[in-house]
Amino acid sequence: MTVVRIKINGVPQQHDVEDRTLLIHYIRENARLTGAHIGCDTSNCGACTVLLNGKAVKSCTVLAVQAQDEEVTTVEGLSGDFNGLSPVQEGFRQQHGLQCGYCTPGMVMASTALLRENPSPNEDDIRHALEGNICRCTGYEMIVNSVRWAAENGGGK
Amino acid sequence: MIPALFTHVPVTTVKEASDALKHYGDDAKLIAGGHSLLPLMKLRLATPAVLIDIARISDLRGIREDKDKLVVGALTTHEQIENSPLISKYAPLIGAAAKLVGDPQVRNRGTIGGSVAHGDAASDLSVALFAANASFVATGPKGVRKISAVDFFLGFWTTALNQDDVLTEIHIPFAPTPNWSYQKFTIRSQDWAVVSVAVSESNIILGAMGEIPLRAGKCEEAIASGADLEQAANFADEGTSPSSDIRASADYRRHLAKVLVFDALTEAKQRS
Repeated sequence: MTVVRIKINGVPQQHDVEDRTLLIHYIRENARLTGAHIGCDTSNCGACTVLLNGKAVKSCTVLAVQAQDEEVTTVEGLSGDFNGLSPVQEGFRQQHGLQCGYCTPGMVMASTALLRENPSPNEDDIRHALEGNICRCTGYEMIVNSVRWAAENGGGK
Repeated sequence: MIPALFTHVPVTTVKEASDALKHYGDDAKLIAGGHSLLPLMKLRLATPAVLIDIARISDLRGIREDKDKLVVGALTTHEQIENSPLISKYAPLIGAAAKLVGDPQVRNRGTIGGSVAHGDAASDLSVALFAANASFVATGPKGVRKISAVDFFLGFWTTALNQDDVLTEIHIPFAPTPNWSYQKFTIRSQDWAVVSVAVSESNIILGAMGEIPLRAGKCEEAIASGADLEQAANFADEGTSPSSDIRASADYRRHLAKVLVFDALTEAKQRS
């Protein structure tokens, strides 16, 4: 067991967990933030994507102990001027970038990371940046449109 | 999926890592980004009792120039390599290969050292580093040694690194000319290569065509003796032993190797 301290969405967390605890389990079960999802659990689908020190990572393939003293942002940590939603979240709403919604938290975090690094991506940039996020509903077109909308309406806040 | 129980031992220097490896023996594995090891641990294909976490050894990060080569710290991430001006100036092949590893999230965590130490024959960086005549620096109980790419990859998931070695640096000679190409065929964009080919100068190296990255020796000879690119590419699968698996049959891999070698040679020629 190790006492793992991680600042999640600006709030310091401290939990005594097994060394084998995955970051996604720490976020969901210890910090009780269930926005980030477990999809494939094999670092393929991207539903568990969160920002670790500002970089998008798959939290099913990071140990909580590896994030000791670091900062994590989950979808709950986003906010903005669209009734509290960030531009990326509002973009997914405006452009219908989701159907079942399971992949959405990961899509939103990966898109947010993209727009922070590249505020005006073209379609190729967006598709390349979302290679690690799988959606079984939308066919991706509307996800690309959602990211584009966000880029034009405030970017990766 | 949850890994088997283990004890996490963080270290902050190469010496501490080396001492810990000696202390825990065969029960221990090094972990950096964990993007090769953790998936295996979650499947219980690897069940180390101790994980020695080297991710915070700051000396092992970053890329610097050293006379006629780049020295890349083993903990440098794929993303850092992909975006490095030094890499794009002196080792563009390595940058191109790094850009095709997994997906952005994987490249943010995965490290060059972890990728090569894992010893997968389909590793983009292993194939590209072999073609670039890179060498690998390891610290063991008897000191530091440098291993050339030819001697580094030994067999299925097996490299010349011993259990008590810490891979610290990768040395990449400056590319003398822009005669290079990296070709990768995948089923999905984020996948491991079904087949990959790295060309650098006269080197033609194949990924996923056997247990280790393989030199396409017959192709190289054909080029050297004046064959045209298409003739040379037809020798691509000679001496290889591709497997049939969920991604492709061995026959399809043999076909792909020829196509990709032709594409790589063509692109390299256009560049130079």
